[in-house]
Amino acid sequence: MTTRIDTRFAALKAEGRPALVTFVMAGDPDLATGQAIFEALPQAGADIIELGMPFSDPMADGIAIQLAGQRALANGHTLRATLGMVEDFRRKDETTPVVLMGYYNPIFIFGVEEFLAAAKAAGVDGLIVVDLPPEEDEELCLPALRAGINFIRLTTPTTDDKRLPTVLANTSGFVYYVSMTGITGAAIKSRAAVGDAVRRIKSHTDLPVAVGFGIKNAEDAEAIGRDADGVVVGSVLIEAIARTLVDGKPTDKTVAAVRELVASLAGGVKGSRS
Amino acid sequence: MTSTGINSLRNGPDDHGRFGPYGGRFVAETLMPLILDLEAAYRAAKLDPAYQAELSDLAVHYTGRPSPLYFAQRTTEHLGGAKVYFKREELNHTGSHKINNCLGQILLAKRMGKTRVIAETGAGQHGVATATVCAKFNLPCTIFMGATDVERQMPNVLRMKMLGAEVRPVTAGAGTLKDAMNEALRDWVTNVDTTYYLIGTAAGPHPYPEMVRDFQSVIGTEIKAQFQAAEGKLPDAVVACVGGGSNAIGTFHAFLDDPSVAIYGAEAGGHGLDVENGHAASMAGGRPGVLHGNRTYLLQDRDGQILEGHSISAGLDYPGVGPEHSYLHDTKRVTYVPITDDEALEAFQLCTRLEGIIPALESAHGLAQVFKLAPTMGKDQSIVLCLSGRGDKDVESVGKYLGLLK
Ligand SMILES: Cc1ncc(COP(=O)(O)O)c(C=O)c1O
Repeated sequence: MTTRIDTRFAALKAEGRPALVTFVMAGDPDLATGQAIFEALPQAGADIIELGMPFSDPMADGIAIQLAGQRALANGHTLRATLGMVEDFRRKDETTPVVLMGYYNPIFIFGVEEFLAAAKAAGVDGLIVVDLPPEEDEELCLPALRAGINFIRLTTPTTDDKRLPTVLANTSGFVYYVSMTGITGAAIKSRAAVGDAVRRIKSHTDLPVAVGFGIKNAEDAEAIGRDADGVVVGSVLIEAIARTLVDGKPTDKTVAAVRELVASLAGGVKGSRS
Repeated sequence: MTSTGINSLRNGPDDHGRFGPYGGRFVAETLMPLILDLEAAYRAAKLDPAYQAELSDLAVHYTGRPSPLYFAQRTTEHLGGAKVYFKREELNHTGSHKINNCLGQILLAKRMGKTRVIAETGAGQHGVATATVCAKFNLPCTIFMGATDVERQMPNVLRMKMLGAEVRPVTAGAGTLKDAMNEALRDWVTNVDTTYYLIGTAAGPHPYPEMVRDFQSVIGTEIKAQFQAAEGKLPDAVVACVGGGSNAIGTFHAFLDDPSVAIYGAEAGGHGLDVENGHAASMAGGRPGVLHGNRTYLLQDRDGQILEGHSISAGLDYPGVGPEHSYLHDTKRVTYVPITDDEALEAFQLCTRLEGIIPALESAHGLAQVFKLAPTMGKDQSIVLCLSGRGDKDVESVGKYLGLLK
């Protein structure tokens, strides 16, 4: 089965450049503005979109993404509303892959099978669930694969060669390499080490490898994109949104700020292989 | 004596760290290799006579074990029913049961070659116990504590600082135990190579619930022997308060396969179960979900967002509970009851006046359940309460509630 994610990575490979993967939080700063941001991303240069599912206790996230989730939840955002955002997006965009990213509990409470059916119907292509390691594959990973949704696994600097096959076993779509031991929003310590890690993972799998955590600007994107098949940018986009808010409310600068930053990052990934 | 046969309730967890459907290892990949290492290190330590000998020696000479089993005569007379005994965990070094677990884990941290320790704390008792063992074993430690709790448990904050710990107040959320745990997990993910996370209760990802239970099970094992010596039989009921559930599982575990022993866990009923977000009774008022590495009963809204909960007692102010308790709740082996703030405050005062023992507000929840239970039982029957901690840390906040302080 070829998914939107597979198709997109194949096309970019032909083009000879890495994918720009952008993360924004669903419902941040409010539902309508969040939707406008989401829909502006492909035009601005995003190749794949990760849409965050807000959670009250985001244990792997730094302060920027924590606050984004809180803004969304304070406005009453729900998982059903996130699925609704994807449904609306798909009416306008049939090709850009959309990956939902978050934590397990809201999905567990929604009901795994019910969630997967709704996600598939809405046009979701993949899932990244931070607190579901391979040891818990029965929970959501295997049901997701059965439902035709990619389950994208995080690998980290602590995932050694011995463990890597376990982590890659049920991974599909792409592999997400977390550039550091740390939370979102922290800084990459060594680009060279990231390159080595990407090559190490690629020796174990044919899947594309995207690198995330700590990529802050076009220069980072360009440098990381020399080794990786994709670069993931999240916290800086969220921070750009946050800077435009007045009393937590969006302004006419909000969507524009995201557009500008994504365009600049897209320039970065285009320079990666030239 | 107890069996650990095929139908025993004492066999959990299974190889996946599950107690029935509860428990598991719901953590980020960064932590997974370390959690597997920890499990291996714990299995090896358990079988190592040198480790066991060091732990036993510390239990005697550092903690002061065994803690006494005390017949609470005036409480018994006041209640007019079953005989009431206190298991005096509050007499342990550092003033609560928390030290039992900290000693076991610090020896493990040393064996694993870790050079830094982190912990979360609510009431500060676990923070103090962690800071204490870190001082003794010469390891730097950082304690995460909700900002609200820093305020209401100031004596313990000062103790931790004097012991050399760095105390990091956490302002996220309501600034209580859940938020402290989130922040500790973030630190752990960042410093996983050097850092040992010394979890303070029988919750979190496998193997913590099992490991912490094992370290605390000394409580119930001693009760059994001491009660046998005092009364020549088993008690009719045992009672403990339940925050994350470490003193409770430590008290209960030895009795799980003794059907004649009724077991009660006192959860924090706060302002009452009917007050939305006004309590921290995860079993009586929550439902199963996944948080902080395990599946267990949680206080949460319809969309699976975790609620903050409320309790007068910082150590019980947590929206979850250890997974083994969730299992014992479903199987009905243990009866979990909510105790309100007011009931706990009343028990706190009564115990202080009747026995000359100032209990921790956490333990006062267990006491309040004893106060309800004893009058319904015969004079030939007995209840043992785990008096998990002393109340010195609470005198200021109780004083405020009672209007003794401005
Ligand atoms: C004295 C005392 N009892 C009980 C508790 C609750 O923890 P647990 O349920 O793990 O025993 C605490 C926690 O801070 C405590 O300090």
